Amino acid sequence: MSILDQPSSSSLSGGGVTRRQAWGLVGLLAAAIVAWLVFAVWPAWLNAILISKKAFVSAVLNGLTLAGLYFLVASGFTLIFGLMRNINLAHGSLYLLGAYIGYEVTSRTGYWLLGVAAGFAVLAIIGVVMQVFVFRRLEGDDLRQTLVTIGISIVAADLMLAVWAGGTYQIATPEWLDGALTLPVITAVRSNGASVFLTYPLYRVVVLAAAIVIGVGLWLMLNKTRVGMMIRAGVDDRAMLSASGVNVHAVFAIVFAVGAGLAGFAGVVGGSALSVAPGEDVRYLLASLVVVIVGGMGSITGAAIGALLIGLAEQIGLVYFPTYGVVLTFVIMVVTLAVRPQGIMGKAR
Amino acid sequence: MSLATAAEGAAPQQNWLDKIGAGHVILAVALLLYPLVASDFFLTQIAGYSMIFGVLSLSLMLLAGYGGMLSLAQITVAGIAAYAVAILGSNNSNVLGFGWPWWIVVPFAVAAAAVSSALIGWISVRTEGIYTLMITLAIATATFYFAQQNYAIFNGHSGYAGIHAPVFWGINWRDPKPFYYLCLGLAMLSYAAVLYGSRSTFGMTMQAIRDNPRRMRALGYHVTAHKVFAWFLAGILAGLAGVLLVWFNGRVSPGTIGVDVAIDILIIAVIGGLRHPIGPFVGAIVVILMQTFAIDIVGAERFNTLIGLVFLVIVFVSPDGILGLWGRIKPHLAQESLRAGP
Repeated sequence: MSILDQPSSSSLSGGGVTRRQAWGLVGLLAAAIVAWLVFAVWPAWLNAILISKKAFVSAVLNGLTLAGLYFLVASGFTLIFGLMRNINLAHGSLYLLGAYIGYEVTSRTGYWLLGVAAGFAVLAIIGVVMQVFVFRRLEGDDLRQTLVTIGISIVAADLMLAVWAGGTYQIATPEWLDGALTLPVITAVRSNGASVFLTYPLYRVVVLAAAIVIGVGLWLMLNKTRVGMMIRAGVDDRAMLSASGVNVHAVFAIVFAVGAGLAGFAGVVGGSALSVAPGEDVRYLLASLVVVIVGGMGSITGAAIGALLIGLAEQIGLVYFPTYGVVLTFVIMVVTLAVRPQGIMGKAR
Repeated sequence: MSLATAAEGAAPQQNWLDKIGAGHVILAVALLLYPLVASDFFLTQIAGYSMIFGVLSLSLMLLAGYGGMLSLAQITVAGIAAYAVAILGSNNSNVLGFGWPWWIVVPFAVAAAAVSSALIGWISVRTEGIYTLMITLAIATATFYFAQQNYAIFNGHSGYAGIHAPVFWGINWRDPKPFYYLCLGLAMLSYAAVLYGSRSTFGMTMQAIRDNPRRMRALGYHVTAHKVFAWFLAGILAGLAGVLLVWFNGRVSPGTIGVDVAIDILIIAVIGGLRHPIGPFVGAIVVILMQTFAIDIVGAERFNTLIGLVFLVIVFVSPDGILGLWGRIKPHLAQESLRAGP
């Protein structure tokens, strides 16, 4: 393991191929294999190994959708962590609260989109309030800030249990999002020669698309706007940003608003795809933690990569070794920490 | 070690009472006599339970106070020992249960806990400070979900039941009084061990590493090995507490090692104070008393809100917990007593 710690692993650059080209080739090969797995009709031996093509492709698609959700939750978590160096352990509670608010608004007004907007807006406001009234008071003391988020998460979980009780809710999706999409993926060929195409719920495809759009939007905001520039500068060196005349508190408040709002947004979207129940907060907190540990703290790209790995591992694990699925997540985390303690896209500090 | 001997050398006439401290002696005598006045409920549900959680939090205090590593995985380590007792000993869940005698089971369980603690430590010391909290929380949560999903080893959601404390020397050690003395023995031993260990060479090195790892590395100390060994020692404490916990409850399930319990351990340690080994025990008594009697005030439903708020207040008001509060009040009291004097 320790050999891999060395920054110079230039063994790939031999033989006239640069390291970059070698990785490109590996990537192309992987893409070709995946494309073949998805679009070709499988031979019998492959079906025998992987149960069936339908199970495999469904697991991959479910994994991608889940990755989208995880990315939405974890991107806010990683931004807050990167900028403020405190682990917001109440992030899972923000997700759950967003889901409950989305449920209430949707079921009262009948407009799902209004529920999504409310989930984002209310949580963004709560995020700003938390930043102003809690974190600003404990500035510079990262450990106490983290401990405070633990306290908040305990109280929040208990109060949510008081209001919404222990039942399971499902946020109703609008009609235009219901139904199934027939994908151009042949799962099997019937004896009469007709091909069976894979169908997949439209809503889940929309979740994935939304995650990609938001991911690209976040990337653009961070890399192309002035606020994004400030945030990136703050992630790298908070004191220097403050010294160069930027109102750091305003930047903190914006980041907290976006981070908490995204958690709320993910809550409504996830609550419509899956379900809303007590205990989901811990689940999504774990997901955010692992995604951020694997992907690297403070990096949006890292969160995307981490979410993809964890989402796929979880769903594929669920299909192929049901009672050991969590171990796969665990192994990914341990291997990442052993090889790159700062995470895949994290910067060494 | 060297420091302790140096202290002895400096004051050879120092008698044993001064060395141990009058406060400790009074406390020990009071705790030994406590069963004379206490009911069975207060013996096991309050005192015994507090001591088990006190030892668990002590293992966290050992890591956090002397090593600067805030762990949320202590209950996971204790849970590993508890599951080991259920699997190697006998249970009535008809899964595994090798039926080994207790004097083989307990060393194995504690060793398993200590080794897994060292492994968790080895994983988490690769990063520093606040990351440790994050990684140990991820490990604790992942272990909880694994125990819940897996039926072959952990017997899934229901876990194991029907685990009995051993009966030997004609005593059933789960009876209130023997169990109380068992817990008291473990609590006193681990308290003394941590207090003694903190003044040993290893303890001093750990504290130096906590304060400045880079300098210690430059001085030629193997920082990672020291930290991992501290995790191993903490694992022994947590493992012993886990064995007592499973004897006390008679069962172990994923709920025993849930995230809420992991956070409870941290709350106990923070409320009590992380500067001195007595802190976790103070915290444990406060939290267990609240857990038992706050129900009458706020109702069983909203207990977590209360404990969360108390925790928030402590974190805001006094970072060093109740011990820190005491440290702040004590000078004032001393002043008062001076003024009240003749």
